[in-house]
Amino acid sequence: MSQISIKNVWKEYGSATVLERLNFEIQSGEFCVLVGPSGCGKTTFLRLLLSMEPITRGEILIDGVPITAEPSRDRGIVFQRYSVFPHLTVLRNAMLGMDIAQSKFGGLLFGRKRASAREAATEMLGRVGLGHVLNHYPAQLSGGMQQRLAIAQALLCKPKILLLDEAFGALDPPTKSQIHALMLELWKDQGMTVFMVTHDLEEGFSLGTRVIEFGKVRRDPQAPGAFGATLVRDVDLTGKTQKQLRESLASWKQDTGSPSLVNAL
Amino acid sequence: MTRIINKKLSPGIARILGLLPFGAVLILYVISSDIRLHENPNDKLLPSFGAMWSALSQLAFTPDVRTGNYLLWADTLSSLKRLALGMGISVALAIVFGIALGLIPYAAAIGNSFVAAVSLVPPLALLPILFIAFGLDELSKIVLIILGVAPYLIRELALRVEQMPYELLVKAQTMGASTFQIIVRIVLPQMLPRLLDGLRFSIGPAWLFLIAAEAIASTDGLGYRIFLVRRYLAMDIIIPYVAWIATLAFLMDLGLRVLSARLFPWTKASV
Repeated sequence: MSQISIKNVWKEYGSATVLERLNFEIQSGEFCVLVGPSGCGKTTFLRLLLSMEPITRGEILIDGVPITAEPSRDRGIVFQRYSVFPHLTVLRNAMLGMDIAQSKFGGLLFGRKRASAREAATEMLGRVGLGHVLNHYPAQLSGGMQQRLAIAQALLCKPKILLLDEAFGALDPPTKSQIHALMLELWKDQGMTVFMVTHDLEEGFSLGTRVIEFGKVRRDPQAPGAFGATLVRDVDLTGKTQKQLRESLASWKQDTGSPSLVNAL
Repeated sequence: MTRIINKKLSPGIARILGLLPFGAVLILYVISSDIRLHENPNDKLLPSFGAMWSALSQLAFTPDVRTGNYLLWADTLSSLKRLALGMGISVALAIVFGIALGLIPYAAAIGNSFVAAVSLVPPLALLPILFIAFGLDELSKIVLIILGVAPYLIRELALRVEQMPYELLVKAQTMGASTFQIIVRIVLPQMLPRLLDGLRFSIGPAWLFLIAAEAIASTDGLGYRIFLVRRYLAMDIIIPYVAWIATLAFLMDLGLRVLSARLFPWTKASV
């Protein structure tokens, strides 16, 4: 259960501004979804959250403490691809987080510690429906199974925040809805803070308790890189019924009034 | 009409067709050899298989009068020892420097252009320097193999490490892994099959440098022998020796391939 504060964050690459004036909080236990078209800085923001890149101005805090300058164990991640390690079996993939944390030097556990790590991993893999393929390699799994493994692997590290980077974007619809249900169940269970980036609006509305969007408020036709994207929409979905959710999704879609578009006209 | 690119064939026929060129060369040799021997029974250029066999068995099964060694096996042993040392040290160097260059920006900044420059120096051009610096013994031969093979292996491995999906390295860091843990649990295990592949491609160059070194300064070894008997135009020894060298190289390649498949089932794993 952790709160993320984004305080006046800017990201610039040379003279091009990608993100500007980002100021918002993600509450503890929230399932926050960031949507938006490609090129609106979604991925850049996630990279900042993960410390994959330095922030140009401002700061990001988790529970009041600035995030470290490199990726760390408090922020777990599931990428769209390359989230699991191809050279490890399903079980060893899931055990890796415990191997690394408990065996500081070589990252490999033995004896009783290994047995307890194996037990925890097996239990979690059972929960995500991979109990029957413990000794398979990732290449032998379907895309949906690989993503379930990636989720299990991230959760076993007990991160303060779970980040999802288009994690379900490459899956076919039935697999996707299955994994959505699983994700919601795990989120409620563990009471964790989840931040998800997706281009799929329906996905955002069916999973999130809050949907936000980045867009450009200011635009200079002569210098496209002069201004960056910032938070333009923010909808709270907590406690809404299915019907209300459908309505907010419909009104979101209708309202193309992303301010940038208005300005451009 | 079916396009020739779409004409598939059964595995049995494919195997027979694969043997065809070998058979053709053998037959061509036998015919040419017969013609020459018919004109001059003492011809040394294309000896008959019988002559080659008797020369080879002389070397393989009769102890040498001067040293008491079985020359073929003694030569094979010395050559393989040099090869194993040269290639083994190259692999160790490749693991250390390849991973460092591929993974650590500071190491890449220091080492990349240097390794690239070293790999452009023809190792054979360095052979005189090696003989002067390390003497005519084993050391200079092994160093020549290392100079020929290690830069390639290092660059190949560094490139493979760089090509690893960055996501995997980030993921490992979100698990709290240190650089050393990332190397031993993620990078090295994923790179070992690549390294064995690189090693397979280095078998040819390694033999080349070994034979060159043995030809110039040695007292035993397969390369030494064929260059020694060249003085007597002893094709009946040279040809079987070359075939034996090719067989050894083939077995090394096969061994590495089998080893790789055994040790790293995940590289071939699929549904």
